[in-house]
Amino acid sequence: MTRKQRRLTLIGCALAVLAIAAGLVLNALRDSIVFFSTPSMVAEKHLGPGKRFRLGGLVEQGSLKRGDNLAVTFTVGDGGATLPVAYKGILPDLFREGQGVIAEGALDAGGVFRADTVLAKHDETYMPKDVADALKKQGHWKDDYGKKPNNMPSASAAPTQGAMR
Amino acid sequence: MIAESGHYALVLALGLALIQSIVPIIGARWRDAALMNVARSTALAQLLFVAASFAALVTLHVTSDFSVANVYENSHSLKPLLYKITGVWGNHEGSMLLWVSILALFGGLVAAFGNNLPLSLRAHVLAVQAWVASAFYLFILITSNPFLRIANPPIEGRDLNPVLQDIGLAVHPPMLYLGYVGFSISFSFAVAALLEGKIDAAWARWVRPWTLMAWIFLTLGIAMGSYWAYYELGWGGWWFWDPVENASLMPWLAGTALLHSALVMEKRNALKVWTVLLSILTFSLSLLGTFLVRSGVLTSVHAFATDPTRGVFILLILFVFIGGSLSLYAWRAPTLKQGGLFAPISREGALVLNNLLLTTACATVFIGTLYPLALEVLTGEKISVGAPFFNFTFAPLFVPLLLAVPFGPLLAWKRGDLLGAAQRLMVAGIVALVAIAVVFAWTYGGATLAPLAIGLAAFVIMGALCDLAERIALFRIPLSLSLRRARGLPRATWGTAFAHAGLGVALIGIVCETTWNSEYIGSMKPDDVARVAGYELRLDGLNPRQGPNFREMVAQFTVTRDGEKVSVMTPSKRNFTTRGASTTEAALLTRGASQLYISLGDASADGTIAVRIYHKPLVLMIWWGPVLMAFGGLLSLSDRRLRVGAPKPAKAAARALQAAE
Repeated sequence: MTRKQRRLTLIGCALAVLAIAAGLVLNALRDSIVFFSTPSMVAEKHLGPGKRFRLGGLVEQGSLKRGDNLAVTFTVGDGGATLPVAYKGILPDLFREGQGVIAEGALDAGGVFRADTVLAKHDETYMPKDVADALKKQGHWKDDYGKKPNNMPSASAAPTQGAMR
Repeated sequence: MIAESGHYALVLALGLALIQSIVPIIGARWRDAALMNVARSTALAQLLFVAASFAALVTLHVTSDFSVANVYENSHSLKPLLYKITGVWGNHEGSMLLWVSILALFGGLVAAFGNNLPLSLRAHVLAVQAWVASAFYLFILITSNPFLRIANPPIEGRDLNPVLQDIGLAVHPPMLYLGYVGFSISFSFAVAALLEGKIDAAWARWVRPWTLMAWIFLTLGIAMGSYWAYYELGWGGWWFWDPVENASLMPWLAGTALLHSALVMEKRNALKVWTVLLSILTFSLSLLGTFLVRSGVLTSVHAFATDPTRGVFILLILFVFIGGSLSLYAWRAPTLKQGGLFAPISREGALVLNNLLLTTACATVFIGTLYPLALEVLTGEKISVGAPFFNFTFAPLFVPLLLAVPFGPLLAWKRGDLLGAAQRLMVAGIVALVAIAVVFAWTYGGATLAPLAIGLAAFVIMGALCDLAERIALFRIPLSLSLRRARGLPRATWGTAFAHAGLGVALIGIVCETTWNSEYIGSMKPDDVARVAGYELRLDGLNPRQGPNFREMVAQFTVTRDGEKVSVMTPSKRNFTTRGASTTEAALLTRGASQLYISLGDASADGTIAVRIYHKPLVLMIWWGPVLMAFGGLLSLSDRRLRVGAPKPAKAAARALQAAE
């Protein structure tokens, strides 16, 4: 093999691997990405049943209902529109009424969002970024969402705890 | 007083770093040994001051000085001592301070042990190291000063994020940073080589141990983080393809490639230009990871802070260093001489293939991680790229890589014999086929891909053993002779075998966990029994308990199998009063390499509690694999050939012995 042939083999191999990788990436980008919507955007876009997307918004106060065998329903709103959500399973630790939430799933024929994943990837001081951005855009952002909780009165710490220091 | 001293020490460290950035370079230009030697003393002094600054922050946290904002926001007087210390880097400011401390540590190590480096190379390396350090000192001092005071000190702190109050925080971030930042050394060496315009095999002999060390820490750090997420988050998942995880995986992939290409360069003096590029890319990806995690651009559990000034500042650092080093590369790389010819089928060829596949896999992760960000910036559309994307792109690239792994070490340098290697791997191939057949028959009608993947894993593991067997001529010569040969093998050979086998071990764990994982989700009341994978779990009852800074509800489960009691498991749900946050403490029961996993959901008014129980077969192998890899790396690192410098073998060995004592 000449030097040139060796080099060509090498470049050929590299190009082949890159082409395969590019094909895989493009294919996967077409099939496996999920878009983000708020209830208002769902109403505007007329998303059909069965199309997967991520729904973000605030869990409406008083809308959480627990059914049999871990079935839960709640309503997600963004100030403009609301959308009922049904989910079966354990809700994350940080799931609360009045707080931001992101659910992934699809609408069913009855217009209910069937979620298979519910994320609350944020702590008490932190909204999911997508939700916060969407709320800000619609002018429903209240500054106190991002505010830190009040300082807890430290005097209430039990004396038994103090002894454990 | 302590806070101010810590702050002042950091400013002094910045001053030293600035001197170290400029003076040694001038010294190298003028060929002035005294000026070049400035680098050594400033690097050591810098380490001293940063260490003092870090110690100051630790002291503030331990003594619960709530007049310092950082302590107030992340600590609580009732927090256990361990979490007071680990809480230092459980927040943005502190973790950046840890970052620069480790950077200074590596700079100090090069300064202290680099006596046998050419003087101008050492000067250049330390100067480049100081450029990075200066940028990050500035970042800390301007945007994220951990020593800020509060005008009216509160009496009590706001406590650390409960998810972080875990032993995992003590190990995971320091390990990960030792890995991330460790790659700065190979970066500095690469840039120094470009500045000097000369690069040789000795250069690679220097870079490889540092890269290897960083790689070992990064491997362990990622594995540790994965296990932490597995037991702490309560979802039973160990890898989410979360951008933050990808941020650590990308430097790992590039670093693994660098490790292998540096080998070619050291042994055969080939692939120089590529190795330099990889060194730059690996550290660039570490910087990118720091940016992704620290700027808060991502929606993710790790992004504690959202402050645009920080994001812009790190982005600036990113542009300067990545753009600068790549431009330097484009300008100077053509002057580096290529050397060492090799046929496509040879050890070098195999390592090139390894590099090709690893960097391509790294590129797909890069695209999957940054595409949503880019799309949002360009079109405003929000998308999420989840696990399916990575499963479809990353996995197909890893299959040929794993197939090729056993062949690599069996091929000769320069020109290899593929047929001969295949013959020597016959045993491994047979074992793999048997494994496929057995698993397929056992799980008949189940997943079709899983048995193939198990076969692939068996091939990788057996391939590593075949290589060893071949080298010690097992069964061809008397056993005692083989054993003597085994003792004589270079440690790097053992290291390679362990690291490659670790890949196979991890793959078995991954396949078993994802394919044959069984779960039970439901609400249970006391005396209810759940059945999962042949185990019976009875809920005995729920008991409240008081912890140091939380209250918890402990559920007790009695686990039986075939009527025999196995153990008791106590998952709990903790409520942290200060933050009003709750965490789920999963209970784990290890049986061999498999685990039972229970996590609790919400308790409802009628006395039932939501329960999630998993049986995860062979799940521990997922983490044993990386540990094996790291152990292999450690063996390789202890090889005399790689010991830093190692010009006089006998003396170096004696010194290492002393150090070990």
